[in-house]
Amino acid sequence: MSRTNPRFVGGTATEDYRPGAVGGAAGGRGRADSALTRRRISQVVLYTLLIIGALIALLPMMWMLSASFMPTGEASTYPPHFFPSRITFSHYGELFTRLNLGRYLFNSALIAFTVTGLSLVINSMAGYAFAKLRFRGRDRAFRILSLGLVLPVQVAMLPLFLLMKELHLINTYWGVIIPGMASIFGIFLIRQYALSIPDDMLDAARIDGASELRIYWSVVVPGILPILATLAIWTFLATWNDFMWPLIVLSDEAHYTLPVALANLSGEHVMDTELMMAGSVLTVIPVLAVFLFLQRYYIQGVMAGSVKG
Amino acid sequence: MSARISRTQMPADVGKAAWLFLAPALVLIFIFFFLPVLASLVLSVTDFDIYAIANPPTTRFVGLANYVKLLHTPEFWTALKNTFYFAIVGGPLTIAVSLATALLLNARIVRFKSFFRTLYFTPFVTTLVAVAIVWRYLYHTRYGLLNYTLGHFGIGPIDWLGNPRWAMPAIILMSVWKNFGYNMLIFIAGLQAIPQDLYDAAEIDGAGPMRRFFNVTLPLLGPTLLFVGVITMIGYFQLFSEPYVMTGGGPLRSTTSVVLMMYEEGFRWWRMGYAASIAFVLFVVILIATLIQFRLQKDRT
Repeated sequence: MSRTNPRFVGGTATEDYRPGAVGGAAGGRGRADSALTRRRISQVVLYTLLIIGALIALLPMMWMLSASFMPTGEASTYPPHFFPSRITFSHYGELFTRLNLGRYLFNSALIAFTVTGLSLVINSMAGYAFAKLRFRGRDRAFRILSLGLVLPVQVAMLPLFLLMKELHLINTYWGVIIPGMASIFGIFLIRQYALSIPDDMLDAARIDGASELRIYWSVVVPGILPILATLAIWTFLATWNDFMWPLIVLSDEAHYTLPVALANLSGEHVMDTELMMAGSVLTVIPVLAVFLFLQRYYIQGVMAGSVKG
Repeated sequence: MSARISRTQMPADVGKAAWLFLAPALVLIFIFFFLPVLASLVLSVTDFDIYAIANPPTTRFVGLANYVKLLHTPEFWTALKNTFYFAIVGGPLTIAVSLATALLLNARIVRFKSFFRTLYFTPFVTTLVAVAIVWRYLYHTRYGLLNYTLGHFGIGPIDWLGNPRWAMPAIILMSVWKNFGYNMLIFIAGLQAIPQDLYDAAEIDGAGPMRRFFNVTLPLLGPTLLFVGVITMIGYFQLFSEPYVMTGGGPLRSTTSVVLMMYEEGFRWWRMGYAASIAFVLFVVILIATLIQFRLQKDRT
């Protein structure tokens, strides 16, 4: 089990630039020139492909943004417009006034922040215990836990709904928060990173008479901060984007998260293309911002996940 | 030496602390995940329905009746077929696009790598419900940008989401766009782990780019390919939000997936016993698909 590849994780994929065959041993000037030409051609081809790919990746989101500023009806004209003829913010205004979007934004943020905060504490304690504390039954507990990785969450949803109903948590924020607080993936992520904490450091703290809780807080947590950042971003984005469980457990509009509200709105307002695009923009912008600012940590999670397999 | 002594001196304390650290996570995962999964198996052999929600004691044990009924329901076979269509066409397609972009980004002469990588990864982090709505408009037969673009190449307007033949390909296309960035990152890491010497040696032996790809890159990417294959397949068998938002499972049930059917039976019609049997079939399908991929990998090595 190797650790994450540091060359890649830092957002600095090695951009080694090899001068190719230019000035190679035997070749004369003519040969060097043709090698240079070939290199130029392949460079042009590669960049063309890369730019086409980038356009395909970005166009849907650029159109979403552009259409959200179009006057009503303009996104449904032929031939289609890509840019608004004039910019209007009225759809955003309507979302926040008549359609209560501020409320859903608040719900989504509240749930995502709460789940993230709680999952950091719960999963880091468990991951650390699995990595560094010796106790009877550790390996068996870990094996049972890893079985959970192959169970699709949907299998749990029907009884989970009935359980939530017994606990009177249907249609509450906690109904969404509680099942998201502990995650097997999160525990694995932390455990793998915490394995690298030197045992001597923990033992030294024990000899100094520090309690286990104190060691966790003052030695372990500072040592695993980067992976905590990774877990925080993963949890935040996953909770924000989650759809199926919130759809099931939240039945009253006042508790809807953004994706649930958006799916609901899109049924009633199929014809209001521009309005729906504004709603999509508001749903996507927070996650995009988190990703773009903290992508280093996010990508680390992708890599750690792949190593685990 | 003193560290070693302390280790043997305090195992009881450390053990107790360990279980305290583990307790919140394990209790939560057990109560809100493992227990419901087991309960789902129990639920699937009962006739738990809307009356049982109000009055649970009316529930009766029905044995395998739900499963038998399921096997005799054409809609279930349709949902299973649709899910397989999505996973078996969409999965490999996503992986192929991911690998192609990873190879592009791994080319020595390309610069601005991290810039392109970020761009390609962006669709993956976006909210599925929001982009599914966006794509619904991009797929519009008359006003959608996709048909407009295709029109320039002489391809007639396609009724993407209204035609039962095109609705699933449309969902697959969007999913490839949304998901390829994740696998791409994993492939890039895999590619960077391949030693440059091997390529150099192959080049000296006169191997062209194609030969180098099939003889060096692909074999050494084996474990990465297995991982990507397994997680992509597991994810794709759980198809739900895309058809829920884009097509509602239609037209003519052509995009109703197993999970969508489970959702409708369980949470729209409250036939929860029946829906639980659908959930369990899904679990078995995913388990078998995972085992097959592991077996394929084992056979090769």
